[in-house]
Amino acid sequence: MYRYDEQDHKLVRERVAQFRGQTERYLAGELKEEEFLPLRLQNGLYVQRLAPMLRIAVPYGLMNSAQLRRLAHITRKYDKGYAHFTTRQNVQLNWPNLEDVPDILAELAEVEMHAVQTSGNCIRNTTTDQFAGVARDELIDPRPYCELIRQWSTFHPEFAFLPRKFKIAVCGADEDRAAIRAHDIGVQIVKNDQGETGFQVLVGGGLGRTPILGVAIRDFLPETHLLSYLEAIVRVYNQLGRRDNKFKARIKILVKAMGPEAFAERVEAEWEKIKDGADQLTPEAIEWAKRFFPEPEYKSISNGHGEAVLRDQAGADKAFTRWLERNTFPHRVNGYQAVTLSTKPTGIPPGDVTDRQLEAIADLADKYSFGEVRVTHEQNVVLADVEQEKLFELWQEARKNGFATPNIGTLTDMICCPGGDYCSLANAKSIPVAEAIQRKFDDLDFLYDLGDLDLNISGCMNACGHHHIGHIGILGVDKKGEEFYQVQLGGSSNEKASLGKVLGPSFSRDEMPATIGKILDVFVENRQPEEFFIDTYNRIGLQPFKERVYAKAS
Amino acid sequence: MPKPAKPSVKKPVGEQPENPAKLILNGAVADNEWNLLPLGGEEEISSENLSPGKVILPLSLWLELREQLQDRKDEIGVWLDSDETADLVGDYAAELPLIAAHFPLFTDGRAFTVGRLLRERYGYTGEVRAVGNFIRDQLTYLTRCGFNAFAYQGDQPLEGLLESTGDFTDSYQAAVDQPLPIFRRRALA
Repeated sequence: MYRYDEQDHKLVRERVAQFRGQTERYLAGELKEEEFLPLRLQNGLYVQRLAPMLRIAVPYGLMNSAQLRRLAHITRKYDKGYAHFTTRQNVQLNWPNLEDVPDILAELAEVEMHAVQTSGNCIRNTTTDQFAGVARDELIDPRPYCELIRQWSTFHPEFAFLPRKFKIAVCGADEDRAAIRAHDIGVQIVKNDQGETGFQVLVGGGLGRTPILGVAIRDFLPETHLLSYLEAIVRVYNQLGRRDNKFKARIKILVKAMGPEAFAERVEAEWEKIKDGADQLTPEAIEWAKRFFPEPEYKSISNGHGEAVLRDQAGADKAFTRWLERNTFPHRVNGYQAVTLSTKPTGIPPGDVTDRQLEAIADLADKYSFGEVRVTHEQNVVLADVEQEKLFELWQEARKNGFATPNIGTLTDMICCPGGDYCSLANAKSIPVAEAIQRKFDDLDFLYDLGDLDLNISGCMNACGHHHIGHIGILGVDKKGEEFYQVQLGGSSNEKASLGKVLGPSFSRDEMPATIGKILDVFVENRQPEEFFIDTYNRIGLQPFKERVYAKAS
Repeated sequence: MPKPAKPSVKKPVGEQPENPAKLILNGAVADNEWNLLPLGGEEEISSENLSPGKVILPLSLWLELREQLQDRKDEIGVWLDSDETADLVGDYAAELPLIAAHFPLFTDGRAFTVGRLLRERYGYTGEVRAVGNFIRDQLTYLTRCGFNAFAYQGDQPLEGLLESTGDFTDSYQAAVDQPLPIFRRRALA
């Protein structure tokens, strides 16, 4: 992974000192509340319902065991002993004291971490595929480009006061596991007919109250021009994006208002003037970035050996078989497999882990996966490089620590925002809805029979729980001071991305598990062999679901 | 005799800039030698009745009077409202001793782009001045974007602002103060 040199260390230390000064001036009354607001947001600090919330950056989801252990220590010393993995591959603390935040940032800086630009109207943490570098369907490892984007966007002097937040995601594989169409800029790594590396560039995606999928404005951008093109897009947005209405300020609104063609022309015109400038990625610069992501020292394992061992072990243990089926992912190297540790056992808020669990993850990473982990946008944790022979042993240890719920990709592996329990923006709670659904559908055979199913829950229309792109999406709404839930069907976040359609009038919290039950019944009754929920939905449409869910009792 | 120009019709984006007596110029506290004319004053401004001495005109007014003010070039500057882009003045920049960019709100970050484009695209070497409601903590980035003058109108002492310009001693990206981004400097190392 990328390691800091003296310049990175210095910059992050200077940032901590800057924020310490700003916090002191705020507490002394020399910095007004409204002036401190964007400054603290750009250091990840929100002031929430019950306490401040600190969002710590995990660049493209990648962390090492030393960083995990430091996070565990921080949750113990400054918080309540747990942390939360977010849908943008970051980590949140829910209970820090404002006065302690500069000290927390200083502790993070020691292990090459920070909370820079994890909130506010600036370029946020760049996200990518959690299986970067190991997936079989990967064309090119996206991480070196993510790191270059991180460096280009960090403390960018021109783009710290954009009209609104700005999110970039990069995908280097056939299957889009980074939801790039739901981002302000989506970058898809491609090769042209000459075999040269480049990028398809999508703009204008985003969820929130006006969900829109990104559209391609360039099909092949040569590798060398990645950063200048990003700079051109953000510069056009900084100049022309709306600033009169917060809800119309994202780039998606600008792209829609201008039309993608006119927007693209404007970007190309700006880019023409800067493309041969300083931001060019020279071959040396690309090589330099790639050096930080070398191939780990894999053992040479003969083809089929690992599978044979697994077959023997799995035959003897049904629970292990299930876990293998759901929680592991094929690796491009013989004898290895990637493992997803589930943070979603029933009854725990999705994405929450305790200090002990953070340390347990660090231990597992050291023992089984070269000391590194990846946070996923589904709020789980991946050990990317595990020897197949060690999977059984790892599974047993993961089970002891509560990470082996074999539900990855199933109904109970929900994406869920913190909701009304923590967040001051929320209209409704989301965690209790997730738990009620998990409790109703706890039969593993039933879950496996349903197969891949994304259920996403947001507590308000800001859509942190990505409800628009869940196969089943749930949105908390406020009806005359009471919490209700709207259901959407048919969303999808991958390369065939789509936005869900609203099923109909909303439901009370008590009605939700039964409502989901009816939706699943319609799926089970109508599915054809090999179909997942989204396939059946795409074939039969919204109507059959609607009829069942809103049928009058006869 | 030239016809008096119509009062500028451009609508201000928000609050108009003030013109404080002291400012920061090239890293030190200095007297403000310039007068600043707001948008759409009551009086019709022409080249005849324009006050003598150094004056910063709204861009729209200056574009109308430019031809007539040729002999006062050294004492006429312009200020851009936040919805006015650098390209509107870029080609004429060389004839201006001062170009100011306005922050109606400190969160309106369009001026950052104005600064960079003036310096990097139009090769402007005169004074680039921030006016309006920017705050102390923006000086470090404004400096990187090419601003060298800060007509701060808030309530904090100017000396404190000077401290903030040095918040960072290095940078990741190329900008006005740094010709190469860090990844290229490192790749060369």
